[in-house]
Amino acid sequence: MGKTIIPIGPYHPLQEEPEFFTLTVEGETVVDIDMRMGYNHRGIEKLSEMKTFENSTFVVERICGICSTSHPYAYTRAVEDIFPMEVSMRSKYIRTIIAEGERIHSHLLWLGLAGHFLGYNTVYMWAWKLREEILDVMEILSGNRNAYAMFKPGGVRRDINAEDIPISLKKIDSILPTLDMLKKAVLDDPVLHARLKGVGVMSYQEAIDFSALGPTSRASGVARDVRKDSPYGAYQEMEWDMIVTKNGDVFDKAVIRILEMFEAAKIMKYCLNNLPDGEIDAKIKDVPPGEGIGHIEAPRGETFHYVKSDGTNRPVRHKVRAPTFMNLPTYKATIKGQTISDATIILAAIDPCYCCTERIAVKDGKGRMLYNGQDLIRLSRSKTEKIRQRMGGR
Amino acid sequence: MTFVYLLVFGFAATAVLGLITSWIDRKVTARVQYRVGPPFLQPFIDIVKLLGKETLIPAGASKGTFLIAPVIGISGVIAVATLLWVNQFFSEGFMGDWIVTIYLLAIPSLSIILGGFASRNPLASLGASREMKLVIAYELPFILAALVPVINAHSIRLSVIIDSQAGGVFAGSLSGILALIVAILCVQAKLALVPFDIPEAETEIVGGALIEYSGPGLAIFRLMKNMLFFTLPFFLIILFFGGLRLNGINILWTVLEYVGIVAIITVIRNTNPRVRIDQAVRFFWGPMTLIAIVAVVLALKGL
Repeated sequence: MGKTIIPIGPYHPLQEEPEFFTLTVEGETVVDIDMRMGYNHRGIEKLSEMKTFENSTFVVERICGICSTSHPYAYTRAVEDIFPMEVSMRSKYIRTIIAEGERIHSHLLWLGLAGHFLGYNTVYMWAWKLREEILDVMEILSGNRNAYAMFKPGGVRRDINAEDIPISLKKIDSILPTLDMLKKAVLDDPVLHARLKGVGVMSYQEAIDFSALGPTSRASGVARDVRKDSPYGAYQEMEWDMIVTKNGDVFDKAVIRILEMFEAAKIMKYCLNNLPDGEIDAKIKDVPPGEGIGHIEAPRGETFHYVKSDGTNRPVRHKVRAPTFMNLPTYKATIKGQTISDATIILAAIDPCYCCTERIAVKDGKGRMLYNGQDLIRLSRSKTEKIRQRMGGR
Repeated sequence: MTFVYLLVFGFAATAVLGLITSWIDRKVTARVQYRVGPPFLQPFIDIVKLLGKETLIPAGASKGTFLIAPVIGISGVIAVATLLWVNQFFSEGFMGDWIVTIYLLAIPSLSIILGGFASRNPLASLGASREMKLVIAYELPFILAALVPVINAHSIRLSVIIDSQAGGVFAGSLSGILALIVAILCVQAKLALVPFDIPEAETEIVGGALIEYSGPGLAIFRLMKNMLFFTLPFFLIILFFGGLRLNGINILWTVLEYVGIVAIITVIRNTNPRVRIDQAVRFFWGPMTLIAIVAVVLALKGL
């Protein structure tokens, strides 16, 4: 049987982001996959280097609409890592609450989309309706449904009002039974078992080799979670379980995300009940020269930020690594030998976020690097200069 | 007279009832999913709007086949609907019209396969080949299930099947119930609804065979599917419930039977994910064919 190329993207109803996969198929079986990114490079790192340390928080918040707290969290931790400083316990608790709320709504969003990709639109609508409830909680706590703008280097921007806490707790408790019903509907459905079990399997060794992160690695039995391995925020203060499963298929990735929502709700409730008193802002005046890294466990895996300071009020270098950057190559392991019917759900199973991952480097056909980031900045400046001269110049 | 039958009953009445059925389906689906759902006239507006759009023919496609495929499909539905209406109200069928109906019901699927392969698009031919596998999968259990009323009525004339249920419907017997279950699931696949919407699979192969269709071609395919959504439950009612009975209290029963079948189809489509094509084939050739054979054996024993 001849080989056919099936394109997915750059514009495809599957995932509402620009990405391009070419699936090489024999009949209905996928034999190879090629990935191309770079359709939506936004120059976030460069933008961030043009803003002050505090303003950059808002830029990195807009890297991803879903993990709108993970990036500021990692960024602020990176800035706080440059020089020895301590963030107050209260702001650590508030940060944890916001981060876990984001985890619940992000996992619900994924669950809905996964249902949609399987043609199960009822799960899609139900999960997203439930997501509205958790967004309401976030609105009560932070004033925003998404893009909370709660973070700043040295603490948080807004305090949580004492009178909002009982309302939020009640609302979280009212969500849990519906979440439980959704969990049963998904995990006990025999047709879903038939569709998802044994599909897109990534072995333990492959997860290690590809350096998979977050739920993608935990589904393959790799117990890897920044919240446990390198604790930050308030995660050490309470008991919670890291969910790890063994099979590495799409079903296990769904199980991990569903069970993590309950853990996240548990953490949120603990933090709201035991919110300590104190300042919420360390009021950083100057950032001394130096470099710092910050990493946190985003809903999709480890988000990593690197910030370098030269003593001015702006970062001279800011580097972002979104979790999808590490999870994307696992397609090479999971998709080969599967059918096209399963390809969509396998592609969706890492909970990809392509626009957050975009980066640029120019290579030739043999893989040699032609331009790196510095060269591209130089090229861009000379182009701007040429255009300026052509238009009359200054 | 034949012309009137074709135009008034086969096309107009079937199209209107089919579009209403599709509205019921969309509305119920929306309510299940916490949505409001479309207004009553939405299916009509959709078709009219599509008819006014431009027809694009992909470069390198087999032009004639590409354009004729939707027409073949809708002709098949009109023919089968006319046959059913005529049997229902005028008793003007002929010997063996049951066989003709079964044959004609395969034509819409064939037209989709034809259109898909003519589009010269890898996703369309993938959809067409999936449709082909699905047809092979569901035809056998469907014919076996439709055989049960024939055995009970001792005739392959639809009007005789309707008349012989005057005393009691076939769905009341054990064999009838089993056959009805199999037939409804086969209808689900014939209509290409979840869990058997494998040939279209919006999120996998972007509409499959219909990917290249636009404008009137797509409108005709959509109308064909909506008309099938009326015709297939209608056929089931003729086979298992003695047809549409429009006298006295029976009107209520008829409406209940019809809406009941449509509701079951809608509920199945809203509580299941899409299955894979190999799973669908195994499902129809395994349990469904077995149940259908059991139903046929029971019918032969007079149960």
